[in-house]
Amino acid sequence: MDTNTHDRQGGGGGGSFLARLGGIDRRWIFLAIESIPEGSRVLLAFDYDPASAGELQPMANAMVHHCAARGHKIVFMALWPLGKQMADATIDDVLLEFHPNYAYGTDYVQLGYKAGNEAVVKLMATNLPQQYSTDAAGAALSSLPLVAGVQDLAAFQLIASISAGYPGAKEWVQYANSAAPEAFTLVSGSTGVQVSQLLPYYPAQMEGLLVAVKGAAEYEMLVTAKYPSADKPELLAERLGQGRVRMGPQLVAHLLMIGLIILGNVAMIAGRSRGGAR
Amino acid sequence: MMDRSRTHRTRRLAAASLAALVATAAAMAPFSLATLAWAGELAATAGAAVDASAGALASALPAASTGASSITEPAVGWINTSRLPLLVALVIICGSVIAGILLARSGRPLRIRRLAALDAVDEAIGRATEMGRSVLFVPGIQDMTDIQTVAGVTVLGRVAKTAAEYDARLEVPTSRSIVMAAARETVQAAHFTAGRPETYNESNIFYITDEQFGYVAAVTGKMVREKPAACFYMGAFYAESLLFAENGNSIGAIQIAGTAEPSQLPFFVAACDYTLIGEEFFAASAYLSGERDQLGSVKGQDFGKLFIAAAILIGCALATAAVFIPSLAGAAASFKAHLGG
Amino acid sequence: MLQRTVPIAILSLSGLILMLAYFSPMTTSWGETVLEWFNILAAVAFVLGAGNLLAVNLEKISSRRPGWAYAGITLVSFFLMLGFGLLKVGAVPNPEHPDLHFAGSYDTAASPFGWTYEYVFSPLTATMFAMLAFYVASAAFRAFRAKNTESILLLGTAFVILLAQTAAGMFLTGWIPEDSMFAFLRLDWMKVAITEHIQTAGMRAITIGIALGVVATSLRLILGIDKSYLSRS
Repeated sequence: MDTNTHDRQGGGGGGSFLARLGGIDRRWIFLAIESIPEGSRVLLAFDYDPASAGELQPMANAMVHHCAARGHKIVFMALWPLGKQMADATIDDVLLEFHPNYAYGTDYVQLGYKAGNEAVVKLMATNLPQQYSTDAAGAALSSLPLVAGVQDLAAFQLIASISAGYPGAKEWVQYANSAAPEAFTLVSGSTGVQVSQLLPYYPAQMEGLLVAVKGAAEYEMLVTAKYPSADKPELLAERLGQGRVRMGPQLVAHLLMIGLIILGNVAMIAGRSRGGAR
Repeated sequence: MMDRSRTHRTRRLAAASLAALVATAAAMAPFSLATLAWAGELAATAGAAVDASAGALASALPAASTGASSITEPAVGWINTSRLPLLVALVIICGSVIAGILLARSGRPLRIRRLAALDAVDEAIGRATEMGRSVLFVPGIQDMTDIQTVAGVTVLGRVAKTAAEYDARLEVPTSRSIVMAAARETVQAAHFTAGRPETYNESNIFYITDEQFGYVAAVTGKMVREKPAACFYMGAFYAESLLFAENGNSIGAIQIAGTAEPSQLPFFVAACDYTLIGEEFFAASAYLSGERDQLGSVKGQDFGKLFIAAAILIGCALATAAVFIPSLAGAAASFKAHLGG
Repeated sequence: MLQRTVPIAILSLSGLILMLAYFSPMTTSWGETVLEWFNILAAVAFVLGAGNLLAVNLEKISSRRPGWAYAGITLVSFFLMLGFGLLKVGAVPNPEHPDLHFAGSYDTAASPFGWTYEYVFSPLTATMFAMLAFYVASAAFRAFRAKNTESILLLGTAFVILLAQTAAGMFLTGWIPEDSMFAFLRLDWMKVAITEHIQTAGMRAITIGIALGVVATSLRLILGIDKSYLSRS
């Protein structure tokens, strides 16, 4: 995948119609994380549960590794009850495995799950400490250097929602991005079925959108190509290669669907012919 | 109905005030057209539609955040002026709905196109009665905070009334406790309205679990075991939509669905006999009630749609013209900015 | 009369407050308060739901209805998880307060609650979700028939998207140069054209219609025109 010839303007924004046709979304998330200054504060919202982990966990792993490789400070949170567990798994499997220098409280914080769906986003947009007075373990935010003094979402340079449905990326667009369109960059990774609802927001409200396993696989390729692991290459390939591995079964499944559709139509035509012959 | 006069006067006063606001907004012609959007969603889609259609107004990717923001300094005063265009849009759209209601009350004939899905409700329940099987109504998996659930519960009232009249057994498994309570009130009221209060059985409306796939497992298991003859899916659905619909197909039930989740509509359309798509679902309760006020509100929302279509067409025309006449680029950008894009 | 007037008054007032809170900075906190009230109501309603769950399943067991054993399993599972969570059975001690039992963490895999989540609940959830694949296959076989022009267009679009989302798309058309006049025949380009332009246009229209429907329905409820959710005396 050639990232060097990528033109930031050529895909998501202007340029000719044919150039826009060639614009592929995954590169925008890669560039979004690359373009913010090193050491920026980033918010990752794990808005999914184990049912969607097949599609979204590869995206989450790649995004965390990418952010950590750029030295960004990561704040984890979840709008889904089981999202916290997904974030904990990513922290254990990727962040602490490949970036053992990351310290809790100064380099990353786990805020955990808060009930309230979009009301959580609304309140965080204007008064984050009121929504999250402590982190997931019960430590006061004021005792954590990374988030002490953070008043609202403007303190983050990038917000990424890894989203399987409601509440998710759409709520981040409606309540966070609309509150302050220029304050931060919003990107999202989404399941394939939901992406049709999110595409209208791209690229005006959402700078990048990863779509299903294919988007995850392409993003993994970009991240692992630019940020390999010197001491654990095989482990990195395994942990950040799941998206690519799952492309194989997906191909088989899609070919099966096509085959079934063709078979159904053949049966219909055959049935009509038999009926006509009678 | 006996205490109607004071309520009626209050409503007329409220409607007249809103109508006056609408007239004032309409007088601000350039701005009123430019602010025809509802909430961030319509503004985003209309503005983005202008951009996408011509491609001339290249919305460059937003610059990397510098940390400057308008939300660290909270807006002060009585009104947030950055949201004024949305307020005008809200007034216009609400005004058109109220105007529709007032027009309906004035006795003007109302033509609402027929919705096949709602005309089939009686047929579905009648089929269940003839076969001696139950009717299953699933009001979605969200709580009463979701307007789709509220719409689903209002449709439930009509379905329950018909089921009571036909003496068909109606079961309503719910995924939220508050929805269970609301559904019980609704079904009980329906039985009273149908003149069959003794047939109401509150154990037919029960709570299962908040967990999405636990709820799906329970309901699909019930469908396979008890084989209801008619299944209604009215509310907010996500991944479970196809599970319900295909199970219903496998047991031979007649299925009527309605949801405003765009990602789930294709599954219902493919697998159900009748589907209410998006706004048809919200119009369903008005349609089934037959009340003039409610039907008038449906007509009023159509006026709102016309305004939005006009805004999109004007924006697209301006943006297209700006490609050939550069002096119009400023006007097109200003129009788009007023739309909130 | 109070049975109907009070709920309508609460609904109307809450709706107006939430609308006002969006536009008026002076009243933003009112809207947040209303939303917090709802969250409190929803939390209390859990008790209602749990009570109903117990009643339904106990009745099934006592009357020995078919499948009553599953009701027993439901109740046992319910009380087990409730106990694990509320009583923090087997919780991992908090390093800062090792003597305080209730300061421990109950949701890690080392505790019974976390173990049950990790090895029972997660696989079951993923299993239910995976069933969708079989249902999609049956729907694809049964429902996607080329009966008329529209359905043929639908099928063609489906084939393009299905192939373009996989490596098959690049295998079949990736050899076409991106700068050639036939580049539009590349499956990945066709997919972007379909999803970003055609599909998005349709989705915008549906979204606008839904938003208008939401406005009209909400207004009917706030103005008390639609009272079908209320009981009648």
